[in-house]
Amino acid sequence: MTATTLFEKLWQAHLVEADTDGLPAMLYIDLHLVHEVTSPQAFSLLRERGLRVRQPSRTLATLDHSTPTTPVRADGSRTYLDTATEQQVDALIRNCSDFGVSLHGYDSPDRGIVHVMAPELGATQPGMTIVCGDSHTSTHGAFGALAFGIGSTEVGHVLATQCLLQHKPKTMAVIVRGQLPVGISAKDLTLHIAGQVGVAGGTGHVIEFRGDAVRALTMEERMTLCNMSIEMGARAGLIGADGTTIEWLRGRRQVPQGDAFEAAAKHWRWYRSDDDARFDKTVEIDAGEVAPSVTWGIDPGKVIAIDAPLPALSASNARAFEYMRVTPGALITGVRVDVVFVGSCTNSRINDLRDAAAILAGRRVAAHVRMLVVPGSERIKREAEAEGLDAVFRTAGAEWREPGCSMCLGMNGDIAKPGELVVSTSNRNFEGRQGMGVSTVLASPATAAASAIAGVITDPRRYQQEAAA
Amino acid sequence: MSGVSSITSRSVALPIANIDTDQIIPARFLTTTSRAGLGRHAFQDWRWREDGSANPDFALNRPEHAGAAILIAGDNFGCGSSREHAPWALLDAGIRAVISTAIADIFRSNALKNGLLAIVVSPLEHASLLAAAGEALTIDLRAQRIARAGHAPIDFTVNSFARQCLLDGVDELGYLLARQDAIARFEEARP
Ligand code: SF4
Repeated sequence: MTATTLFEKLWQAHLVEADTDGLPAMLYIDLHLVHEVTSPQAFSLLRERGLRVRQPSRTLATLDHSTPTTPVRADGSRTYLDTATEQQVDALIRNCSDFGVSLHGYDSPDRGIVHVMAPELGATQPGMTIVCGDSHTSTHGAFGALAFGIGSTEVGHVLATQCLLQHKPKTMAVIVRGQLPVGISAKDLTLHIAGQVGVAGGTGHVIEFRGDAVRALTMEERMTLCNMSIEMGARAGLIGADGTTIEWLRGRRQVPQGDAFEAAAKHWRWYRSDDDARFDKTVEIDAGEVAPSVTWGIDPGKVIAIDAPLPALSASNARAFEYMRVTPGALITGVRVDVVFVGSCTNSRINDLRDAAAILAGRRVAAHVRMLVVPGSERIKREAEAEGLDAVFRTAGAEWREPGCSMCLGMNGDIAKPGELVVSTSNRNFEGRQGMGVSTVLASPATAAASAIAGVITDPRRYQQEAAA
Repeated sequence: MSGVSSITSRSVALPIANIDTDQIIPARFLTTTSRAGLGRHAFQDWRWREDGSANPDFALNRPEHAGAAILIAGDNFGCGSSREHAPWALLDAGIRAVISTAIADIFRSNALKNGLLAIVVSPLEHASLLAAAGEALTIDLRAQRIARAGHAPIDFTVNSFARQCLLDGVDELGYLLARQDAIARFEEARP
């Protein structure tokens, strides 16, 4: 038998109808994740056509994008940005109840950012196809699942038929060899790869992250990596299932338990590329070269090592320099920071909060800096509070918020002011992403925390070494 | 959706690379639960100044480009968020076709489902279209050809299934619903 890629295995296992000349394949979807922003028009479509949700049990909804992260009032009510955001949340609550979809709303201990809470529940499993009306659905690829973002019309297609029409993408291997240096996080690796591949390098492809440095990552770190595949233009990101995947899933609510788990695990292990599998495109990365990395421009492909000088001015980057108000050829360290955001489906998991807390412990956020720490889910919030991380953040002068997407896209009103610069652990630094006229520097939780303390963009190794000394 | 077979209009250039869907429609306008009325906010932060007045430097605001329905955009158009609000906003703002050297996967898929043509041309052809921005173009979807006065026509391809859906004005949901038996068989055969 010929060697097969993980992507090919996933694709073949879900073909209701294979693609033929010109006709797209009909792909069966195992898990459909739903949130309040991209679903209302899809539920309207179902209503207009008198359709029902074909598989409510394969559909899972949560509230995350437009929900407030400010404290819940004593009577349990929340302070929304405006009536539109509140109505959007209410619409999802109503749609889920009308169509029999299970919703992890405010009353659920499992509510959270859709790409954080679904893996926590064990809803995300190797060998699945997973979609959501959200481009960062690629996160779930970390489990050896084919997971990708879709538009609202397609959300309607999946609700009504549990299927999608798809043209087969190409495959791309990103092989990360060697070992990450001590203190270098998965986010640094992810940004580094985004810088190498570029924002369109993966267009039309599904990226599989491979190599010993990828195998060495924890599940949380793998999620950070797959999360940003879309920032490389890729349709999805993948990592083959292995012992790390299986142990992480053991005991989670929606996975089989006991002997059934062992049987499932045996099946899951098949979801990896065969040794000699061939890819349409391959990029090699040396993990040993990765430094704390940050973006400096207005797309996630403009990445530098934090201690390297900014590039020279050119026709293709002039717009980025103008918007970011940084100097060609200068260092980015020392640039004044106004806001620091630790959160988003890229970096709001417990390990991310620990990384930030390790640097903030015993120190204070600079007086002119506003720092928001937003856990990715209710579960992470509880876990962090049990460890006392919330106290570390509060004592350092940071705000400890309710779970949600928050400043990652600022739909709920968590934004910065025009002209401000945000060091953010999220995934997009597009113009205005965190508020009109706001500049975003993407970074790891450690870099974000170090920059909050110093009040300027700062190499986290400065504080990490202090701690070690 | 009504069918699309050809579009004739003047072009307007937005020669910025990597225009992401946050630029096409910023997140703060995604709170809507309908598809209508987003055109006002297409390219909001480039098009309107903080006081609400039109930015006279922005191409789409210039009187000579009024009514232009064909957008020639810089490389890699539509990257970023999967929000279908982006093609909804462009269509509502009168844009019916976008031409670039590369168009991000999800945006292209969303665009075609809504009757917004997303067309990829070679870098050379792209440069020539940009240089002649403002000219009248006819995009013939059936022939997959862009006709220009005084220039050689430009051929392009749109995947045949999407093209047929656009020409016939049918949507994919009908196609999927017609295959419910196959879906049921697939579901039954699963372990
Ligand atoms: S945290 Fe950001 S990227 Fe992730 S789902 Fe929310 S808005 Fe999207």
